[in-house]
Amino acid sequence: MAVCIAVIAKENYPLYIRSIPAEHELKFHYTVHTSLDVVDEKVSAMGKALVDQRELYLGLLYPTEDYKVYGYVTNSKVKFVMVVDSSNTALRDNEIRSMFRKLHNSYTDVMCNPFYNPGDRIHSRAFDNMVTSMMVQGC
Amino acid sequence: MEGLTLSDAEQKYYSDLFSYCDIESTKKVASNGRVVELFRAAQLPNEVVLQIMELCGATRLGYFGRSQFYIALKLVAVAQSGLPLRVESINTVKDLPLPRFGASKNEQESRHTTSYSSDTENQGSYSGVIPPPPGRVQVKKGSVSHDTVQPRPSTDQQESTSPVVSPQQSPPTSPHSWRKHNRHPSGGNNERPLPGPGPFWSPFSEAQTGSSAGDAMWSGHSPPPPQENWVSFADTPPTSTLLAMHPASVQDQTTVRTVASATTANEIRRQSSSYDDPWKITDEQRQYYVNQFKTIQPDLNGFIPGSAAKEFFTKSKLPILELSHIWELSDFDKDGALTLDEFCAAFHLVVARKNGYDLPEKLPESLMPKLIDLEDSADVGDQSGEVGYSGSPAEAPPSKSPSMPSLNQTWPELNQSSEDTAIVHPVPIRMTPSKIHMQEMELKRTGSDHTNPTSPLLVKPPDLSEENKINSSVKFVSGNTVADGYSSSDSFTSDPEQIGNTVTRQRSHSGTSPDNTAPPPPPPRPHPSHSRSSSLDMNRTFTVTTGQQQAGVVAHPPAVPPRPQPSQAPGSHVHRPVDAEGLITHTSTSPQQIPEQPNFADFSQFEVFAASSVNEEPDDEAEMHPEVLQVEKTSDPSSSLRVAKPDGRVEEKTAASAPANVGKSTTPLAPPPKPIRRRLKSEDELRPEVDEHSQKTGVLAAVLASQPSIPRSVGKDKKAIQASIRRNKETNTVLARLNSELQQQLKDVLEERISLEVQLEQLRPFSHL
Repeated sequence: MAVCIAVIAKENYPLYIRSIPAEHELKFHYTVHTSLDVVDEKVSAMGKALVDQRELYLGLLYPTEDYKVYGYVTNSKVKFVMVVDSSNTALRDNEIRSMFRKLHNSYTDVMCNPFYNPGDRIHSRAFDNMVTSMMVQGC
Repeated sequence: MEGLTLSDAEQKYYSDLFSYCDIESTKKVASNGRVVELFRAAQLPNEVVLQIMELCGATRLGYFGRSQFYIALKLVAVAQSGLPLRVESINTVKDLPLPRFGASKNEQESRHTTSYSSDTENQGSYSGVIPPPPGRVQVKKGSVSHDTVQPRPSTDQQESTSPVVSPQQSPPTSPHSWRKHNRHPSGGNNERPLPGPGPFWSPFSEAQTGSSAGDAMWSGHSPPPPQENWVSFADTPPTSTLLAMHPASVQDQTTVRTVASATTANEIRRQSSSYDDPWKITDEQRQYYVNQFKTIQPDLNGFIPGSAAKEFFTKSKLPILELSHIWELSDFDKDGALTLDEFCAAFHLVVARKNGYDLPEKLPESLMPKLIDLEDSADVGDQSGEVGYSGSPAEAPPSKSPSMPSLNQTWPELNQSSEDTAIVHPVPIRMTPSKIHMQEMELKRTGSDHTNPTSPLLVKPPDLSEENKINSSVKFVSGNTVADGYSSSDSFTSDPEQIGNTVTRQRSHSGTSPDNTAPPPPPPRPHPSHSRSSSLDMNRTFTVTTGQQQAGVVAHPPAVPPRPQPSQAPGSHVHRPVDAEGLITHTSTSPQQIPEQPNFADFSQFEVFAASSVNEEPDDEAEMHPEVLQVEKTSDPSSSLRVAKPDGRVEEKTAASAPANVGKSTTPLAPPPKPIRRRLKSEDELRPEVDEHSQKTGVLAAVLASQPSIPRSVGKDKKAIQASIRRNKETNTVLARLNSELQQQLKDVLEERISLEVQLEQLRPFSHL
């Protein structure tokens, strides 16, 4: 189960962040923020290779004893960061990938909305619903 | 007076009452007569009535204008609710039940039902008179009507009230910023049963249509019934039912209506379709929507782009967040554009929202775009919803019969189709060995192939070199360091640029070679395109040089024969480039190159290739190439050739490019390295490419010259094919061997690198994490 999902804009400010247990919201904010460094590092490491070949899914960014942080970056440098509970060992890499794919699709749908100004926070209900479904079932 | 905010239900109700009282249609209601009766029927103490009249300003004016009347009615409602009468209470009191007027209720209700159903229009008109309620967001109405709304009186009859009401419509001055809202009560006042959708919001339009029919009836009836009603009403206690309804459905006129007109259930439903049955779209509504769609996009089968839709819906003055949500709901296929169905759904949602309905979480069935163009006609229960083929406005006209199930069935299909349209078909990319692939990518990125559509190879060498320089240099470095055997390292380091160029060229070749293999080249290609691994366009060289080099070429593949004439090759190549016939020269060089290829250490092959390829490439790159070539030429061509790419291809390519360059320098018109690249990729591919290049460019003499060679090769197809096949196979083995060797070198280098990195890590204290 993803416990926290965040969408970070290109300039590294959050467009959307949501965590499941409300009391740890601040902690997850901090975690996501620190994981941005790792994301940048991974991105720059692959930067030498052709951009086309750069994979969007970054994989495990940062494991701690409590949880694991996965990252995914789009071609427009919008980052998706997902914090997953470590105790949930059933989550495989494929599942994480599919979750990111869904996130990406939903994000694209939000972008397609002409009433959405890129750079604004995401208030879309559809996006919220999708994130909720992911956080509850973890898939 | 101060601005009066009326809910839709209220407005209708009030307008009806006003019409009722406005016997003379003078838009003024005398203090006496019906008004008094009405107020008395409200069962309020006289003092209250007087107070109301004072507050609303009627005493000032001496009569009840429409606004005064409305205010008075509102105050009556306030009073009836037991709230103190204040001027502010007019607007501040929310969820105020409709003022109840004794006996007249029944009739009024029944009458009003229709009028209420025609809410939309009436309101529109009313809004004109009364200080327009803000954006007609009638919260009350929405919420209540939702629940209780039974199908509002269907349009037709109910609408009748609207005509009566229309008098006021005179000036829909309502600053409805939304002009569409303009129900133009246009003047027609009375008769304006809001004919057709017009610029009204659909809900209004519905009402209108209904009203039109009802108008006559209503107008006819209104005078008498009121009186009778008054009387009867006075007698009969406010129909308990009605009364009961009232409290329950305060703002819900519809409920009243439903009670009043069971028969008009359908109509009611139609009317309230936008409210009760919340998401059904009536005919009028749909027609209105369609008309609005046409104003934006004349083609009903077409789309409204997101930006246009945004502007359009922004006029409705709904908050952006809600509009955003509406968009999410209505853009079914998530394509950023609205079809007719989607547009109608969005419009409908906007209307509903403005009328106070909360937006649903997901799109109601009736609003889902469907293939069938169904209209939610008078069917009460039927949620034809917005089925509609975007392309058939004509069919829009009432055809409501369609059952939901059918719609639902069609919907999934539509969904799929719409989804399909959104699907982007992946473009197959030939996944040749990484090198080639990367080169292709680079080629594509650099936007190569100016002249040759089919061959992305046509990348300006300078550009390529710049872009690829780094990459190539990187690769080369690794390869070079590893390939000791190939004196490429020296050359490489010394000629990064050249290498880059060659690499780029090679890449372009590789990039194109797969492409070239795919489309059948104009002239029948005897040889199937070479597989990627073969960077050398042995095929080309072989086939092209049908006569000459074939023999030599054949000799090469079998083993790594000593470089036949490394010196000769360059020389020959040089000569060749001079030839106008790129192909020929190319072929001539190729054989030489081929034999040389097996000797990776010997990059003279590449030179040969380069020269030949250069010759063969009739592209405009000639201009570019000359410079490059000259550079390369000046530098040690062989060294450049020796650029030890980890991939044998690279080497070949560089070699090819070098020779090409050489050739180019010698022959300004020599075809650009394109042919070289091709060759590098695969003999077969290169060859066809070269041919194609030459054909296509046709700019340079070389091109022209090369062309003749094509027919020549064609002529000898059979034999050439077989020979080239053999040659290619041999070359393949050779190259494969080379490849493996280079790979090994690469691994070694990487290991070194890893060890170095480890050391670095140890030395550097946890720089990150």
